[in-house]
Amino acid sequence: MNKHSRRDFLKAGIITIAGMSLPLGAIEFLASEAKADIAKQSNIRWIFLVDSTKCIGCGMCVKACQIENELPYHINLARTWIERYIIKKDGKMIVDSPKQGRDGFIRNNPLGIEVPNVDIAKGMFVPKLCNQCDRPLCVEVCPVGATYKTSDGVVLVDRKWCIGCSACISNCPYSIRFIHPILHVAEKCNFCYHRITRGLQPACVDACAFGARKIGNIHNPDDPVTKIVKTNRVTVLSPGYNSKPQVYYIGLSHEVK
Amino acid sequence: MKGQIGLGKILIALVLITIIGVAGIVGARMIIAPSFKAANNDYRYQWHRFANQQEWKDFKVKYRGNSYCMDCHANEFKQVEASLHAKVSCESCHGPAIDHPDNPTKLAIDKGRGLCLRCHSDLPYRPTQYSELPKGDIKLKLIDPDNHNPEMECIACHNPHKANIK
Repeated sequence: MNKHSRRDFLKAGIITIAGMSLPLGAIEFLASEAKADIAKQSNIRWIFLVDSTKCIGCGMCVKACQIENELPYHINLARTWIERYIIKKDGKMIVDSPKQGRDGFIRNNPLGIEVPNVDIAKGMFVPKLCNQCDRPLCVEVCPVGATYKTSDGVVLVDRKWCIGCSACISNCPYSIRFIHPILHVAEKCNFCYHRITRGLQPACVDACAFGARKIGNIHNPDDPVTKIVKTNRVTVLSPGYNSKPQVYYIGLSHEVK
Repeated sequence: MKGQIGLGKILIALVLITIIGVAGIVGARMIIAPSFKAANNDYRYQWHRFANQQEWKDFKVKYRGNSYCMDCHANEFKQVEASLHAKVSCESCHGPAIDHPDNPTKLAIDKGRGLCLRCHSDLPYRPTQYSELPKGDIKLKLIDPDNHNPEMECIACHNPHKANIK
């Protein structure tokens, strides 16, 4: 038959409020400190342009990416990959990406089945990579702040902070992310951040002899890629997720998802 | 009533434990990751450990690019540059330079048929026009791997540096 006195209630109430306000206060304190660091705001926003009409499916980009980013070569996971779409005359579509297109597409045998040339209405190769969204859905769900967008627009994963919970993987509309088979942390394309910040191009761009992949800075009006994106007809993958993807495609067919 | 612990006291104890717990976590974070900040005040997308950005920037570059090869292999570089293979990166066939010539001292060249067929195998949906060279549009040379000298190494007849027949 306990009685709650008014005093107890007030005491508990005050302490609760004090407790709730503490972490907020701590975060605010960090934020004010951070403001000084960010004074030199970046005037770079990296974007990517894929001309899918030029991609011939040689897979050199995938090979270069795997080696550059120290991914085990034998795994069936890649930061960037090439999809082959074959639309047959009867309307059926075959999509495949053997070993992520790492060894190229040498034979006309999607999923191991030869398709006679006369049955094919059209076909195309589509390179895929991280869209470095302006509103990255993967970042929104990270419970520990291990993935984030940099001021120049690239979404990175903090390998020391990631707990490998896979929430980001299931929330990416483009299925770009996977768990690194050795490090057991989230892994994704980051436009080769170590290269672009050194003045180099991403490994896949350098490896492409067909000009199908290009990187640019949307904040630079003289950038040839920016000019194409701003004046030509380009599209993005699945804009309906409102994640504002920043990989632009030329010549994307409606079959490509 | 005597000896019983009041609900109020339990509440206070719980609240105290919560406060200590939260303060501990926040404190530990400030010590372990002192650079956790939200860039541009964007807590939604840019809350991160600032040191991580530098960690990614320090990641090792393996593909050094044609300009790295050019210094020592000027003749080969000029030869390729004048050929139809001008836009093919040296490291696409020779492998990543990394710290060559120190490490590795020799690059493992992929001389296999499969490497050439990546681009030159004829598929009904493979684009046949090549427009990356200054000279303008040319036809991409495509062959049927089953009928074009099967089992033979391409380099037996072709010179990839000149993109021609020996």
